Amino acid sequence: MAYSDKVVDHYNNPRNVGTLDKSSEEVGTGLVGAPECGDVMRLQIRVNPETQVIEEAKFKTFGCGSAIASSSLATEWVKGKTIAEAMEIKNTDIVKELALPPVKIHCSVLAEDAIRAAIGDWKKKNGVAETVAVAAN
Amino acid sequence: MSTVTMNPVVPEGVSLPIYMDNHATSPMDPRVLEAMIPYFSGKFGNAASRNHSFGWEAEQAVEQAREQIARLIGANAKEIIFTSGATESNNLAIKGIAEMYRERGNHIITQVTEHKAVLDTCKRLEKYGYRVTYLPVKADGLIDLDDLRRAIDDKTILVTIMSANNEIGVVQPVAEIGKICHEKGVIFHTDAVQAVGKIPVDVQAMQIDVLSLTAHKIYGPKGVGALYVRRRNPRVQIASQIDGGGHERGMRSGTLNVPGIVGMGKACEIAMQEMATEAERLRAMRDHLRARMEAELDYVEVNGSWEHRLPGNLNMSFIYVEGESLLMGINDVAVSSGSACTSATLEPSYVLKALGLGDDVAHSSIRFGLGRFNTMAECDYVADKVIGIVKKLRELSPLYEMVKEGIDLSKIEWAAH
Repeated sequence: MAYSDKVVDHYNNPRNVGTLDKSSEEVGTGLVGAPECGDVMRLQIRVNPETQVIEEAKFKTFGCGSAIASSSLATEWVKGKTIAEAMEIKNTDIVKELALPPVKIHCSVLAEDAIRAAIGDWKKKNGVAETVAVAAN
Repeated sequence: MSTVTMNPVVPEGVSLPIYMDNHATSPMDPRVLEAMIPYFSGKFGNAASRNHSFGWEAEQAVEQAREQIARLIGANAKEIIFTSGATESNNLAIKGIAEMYRERGNHIITQVTEHKAVLDTCKRLEKYGYRVTYLPVKADGLIDLDDLRRAIDDKTILVTIMSANNEIGVVQPVAEIGKICHEKGVIFHTDAVQAVGKIPVDVQAMQIDVLSLTAHKIYGPKGVGALYVRRRNPRVQIASQIDGGGHERGMRSGTLNVPGIVGMGKACEIAMQEMATEAERLRAMRDHLRARMEAELDYVEVNGSWEHRLPGNLNMSFIYVEGESLLMGINDVAVSSGSACTSATLEPSYVLKALGLGDDVAHSSIRFGLGRFNTMAECDYVADKVIGIVKKLRELSPLYEMVKEGIDLSKIEWAAH
């Protein structure tokens, strides 16, 4: 399979590889995929509690080159965004940026899932959903 | 395109890319090419032309090749039928026997790690009212001979079991299978594409009735193969699947591919002379490759029996690293992977799954296929490269990190997608 230059670049020089302390209140962890399916992504974010800005993002991925590139790109994109802005990232944006072929679209879906899972974990830890509900009252 | 940053030093005498996928196909031996060349232009005759020297010349070359091929497998030249390759040979053998012996029975026995040319042929016959038993394999990839004995019944007409597997190189107990089949009066066909020319194959000693082989796996040309069909004790009959001019004793019509056949004959002759020393050399390189990788990496596993294996085959799983990403990192080395991402069906290797390996281990597998033109220096380069990339990808692997922390991955509820 021929890979796009951007996929090769992320594969050769993955951005933001690493691990954040998942027990920290400020850190949200998303672990998606399954080993049997051939890809597992773990994406972590550290969120500023005051501003809700994602100040740090780290990932580790077991998967093909396109899966590695999708998650690497996802960490680049979420950094500096607020939680609300990060929720706007769509898998189709990732497909476009990396020029993924149709058989690799699931890699981008998984990256979107990973972002949402990390944000969901952070929200759960910080009771964000309830805060919003209280504010609505 | 940018290149991978981790590049070990290329040893002297090694040029990139390195071809190490000899189970898929092999480069043609220059001696084979040399033997073929006259038959493309000057000696272009049709081997079936009986009334002029052009035809006689071609026929003579074909008969010499038939001798060379027969000698390699302990057969008689009259028992060799030329085809377009092993896929055709397998189709002709299985369909031709099924059709010819339909009145005697409708049961065929095969096993689960056969090549698709056998499995899909059997599946088609099931649609036409044949009954097919697919024997399982043990964790080492070998069939259980007791399973075979039990599976044979009074309707069984054919047992088709490969000699050596194309993915894991595991060599089945062919002589024992032949003995069982002959005791029970059942025809034994073997797809010996990977075995012929690599390990000793003798149709008499092993009691093989029908055998498929191809030229391009033994440093010959593509597009030419053969089928050995036993003529006595017992005489096996095969219904033709391609009708026409009645070539090849009526079993396979069509003008013979004379240059290809000459090449196949030469390839067999060379294999016969060099097989023993070549096997020793391949085994030494393969063992070295394995030892290097096992010395420097944890969580690596060899797939399939080590003892009953082709000398040039190494199939290893680099657990917690996905196969396609590994191939991407060693893009100057041609090998293949059992990962789903490298297959058209997006399913991991059915051969590895048949051994009882989890999908995750199958996804992590790489097949190294060593051949005549590989060198020890190439093996060292490949080992360096694989070790470097596996280490890099494991730094990226959440699974490797979790296992290192003592987390049991089987206890995690993964969301399959």
